[in-house]
Amino acid sequence: MTVYLLCILLFLIGLYGVVAKRNLIKIVIGLAIMEYSVNLFLILVGYVKGGTAPILSRNLANKVFVDPLPQAMVLTAIVIGLATTSLLLAIAIRLYRKYKTFDIREIKNLKG
Amino acid sequence: MDWFVPLFVIVPLGGAFLIAIIGSFARPFGRFFTSLVLASLIGLTLYVIFSVTIPIVYMVGGHGPIEKVPIGITMILDGLSVYLLLIINLIGFFSAFYSISYMKKFTSENYYYTLFCLMVAGMNGVVLSGDVFNLYVFLEMAAISSYALVAFGIEKEELEASFKYQVLGGASSLFILLGIAFLYWNTSTLNIADISRVIGTTANSEFVKFVGVILLAGFGLKAAMIPFHAWLPDAHSSAPSPISSMLSGVLIKAIGVYVIFRLFFNMFTISYDTALVITTIGTLSMVIGVLLAIGQWDIKRLLAYHSISQMGYVVIGVGIGMLVIAHNGPRSVAALSIAGGLYHLFNHAVFKGLLFLNAGAVEYETGIRDMKKLGGLSSLMPVTTSTSLGASMSISGIPPFNGFFSKLIIIIAAIQAGYYVLSILAVFVSIITLASFLKVQRFTFFNKPNEKWNRGDFNVREVPFAMCFSMVFLAVLCLGLSLFIVPAVRDIFITPAVNVLLNSAVYSTGVLGY
Repeated sequence: MTVYLLCILLFLIGLYGVVAKRNLIKIVIGLAIMEYSVNLFLILVGYVKGGTAPILSRNLANKVFVDPLPQAMVLTAIVIGLATTSLLLAIAIRLYRKYKTFDIREIKNLKG
Repeated sequence: MDWFVPLFVIVPLGGAFLIAIIGSFARPFGRFFTSLVLASLIGLTLYVIFSVTIPIVYMVGGHGPIEKVPIGITMILDGLSVYLLLIINLIGFFSAFYSISYMKKFTSENYYYTLFCLMVAGMNGVVLSGDVFNLYVFLEMAAISSYALVAFGIEKEELEASFKYQVLGGASSLFILLGIAFLYWNTSTLNIADISRVIGTTANSEFVKFVGVILLAGFGLKAAMIPFHAWLPDAHSSAPSPISSMLSGVLIKAIGVYVIFRLFFNMFTISYDTALVITTIGTLSMVIGVLLAIGQWDIKRLLAYHSISQMGYVVIGVGIGMLVIAHNGPRSVAALSIAGGLYHLFNHAVFKGLLFLNAGAVEYETGIRDMKKLGGLSSLMPVTTSTSLGASMSISGIPPFNGFFSKLIIIIAAIQAGYYVLSILAVFVSIITLASFLKVQRFTFFNKPNEKWNRGDFNVREVPFAMCFSMVFLAVLCLGLSLFIVPAVRDIFITPAVNVLLNSAVYSTGVLGY
């Protein structure tokens, strides 16, 4: 149970980074931490104690398998996370070129 | 007879691929091919509506259930999906056709059309998906292309809006993924119908509430319901106008509100608590959205705030239906209320899409979005003015237009269900909407003409044909959709969608077959 709670704690740390940090890059890192914690959670959901990779062979000594479906889901989620993070960083670089700063307190043309 | 179901995703996805490759050699290819792709999708949707018996369950790759356990990915084409597909592809077609002229001033047009097709593919996938994880993947496809499209102008405002949108959108996607992980943990399945069966049999109400809250936060952020609305006015007002009309008209519905309805009606069992939360969020959006809108002077920002408010109408329409079902109240009232909500969903897509295209036309000719600096455009831009007048009357509920009928249905249903306060609020919000659109019309089109319009660098005239065509057709639809009030027309378009939500348990048995 502890490990699940630690995983949720990691999610909350990432959320704190997104909400409280003022630097664009730190916000991106916060989002990345949130994403890793969700991926870790998915892996934990599929984990079975003492399980091995679910490959059937003739002389199976161990009949306990981990659940492969969350692993497939995590692979997909990692690819999606790559797309999101790279787009975010690209936008952050463009913002830096326009505003000459990473501080979100300086970047506030839009309001109302 | 189900070969055509994956075409709704394959055609725009293949279109995006072709535009990215061929468009780099032949520049105009993307311009016309996108409209062609969306026109063919409208044709396909109409074919489904008129000559196919729905629901259809399509097993991707032919992987059917084994020993009653669904193992493959399913795509489900039922009344609600078809209704959303019609909205997505209709507004998508008019936006794409409008872009032919509007996007000429931008560089790298073919990236724009590639992302446009990807966004349509993602949204079509979301409404067809019968599997929560697959739904998440399609949702991210639509969301990531929309982040890139919001930043398409790469000026200061666009980049700032896109960054805000991406951070909040990314956080909401992770909440959704966390909710899906919790669902899989407790039910060991991803198929929406199967999850519904497992939740129904081994109910653990604490768990259901916990997952419900996580998913409601995630999809509420995507739908920009009021506590989660901060990104919408920035993102929708900074995007290029055809994209604003896609985002406000379709995206917040297809990946936000639609998924909330689908999950909370067809996956979770309807309970009084969730119905109350959803209706409260809808009411807050409806009232606060319009109060924030009335003080705006930027046309597109004002329209974006009105999107929040009008989506509030949709959510309270369906939410009242949910409350009535939870109470075991009369089913006819629930049906009327849900029909009003879904009818307003279509109407909002049409008139808000049109209003954003009008704002785009004004910006295209004058380069100004601030209403204080506009004025007197009615003689110079007659088509834009008249279509905008139609859309404004429609959004503020003036009788012959479609917005009047859907609001009327929602208000009547609220009175019949006994929620008098909601009906009074709905009327009140409608009046403020009228006031704020009188302001738009007066300051943009009808005030005394601004002398500078005829001077050298302005030279304001009517917009090109492709833009006029889209605006005129959407304005005709604003009137034409009033026909949905006629029972014969209603039975073809809205009633199948209402029945999916009303008989919420049928969904699961229909998909699983037991």
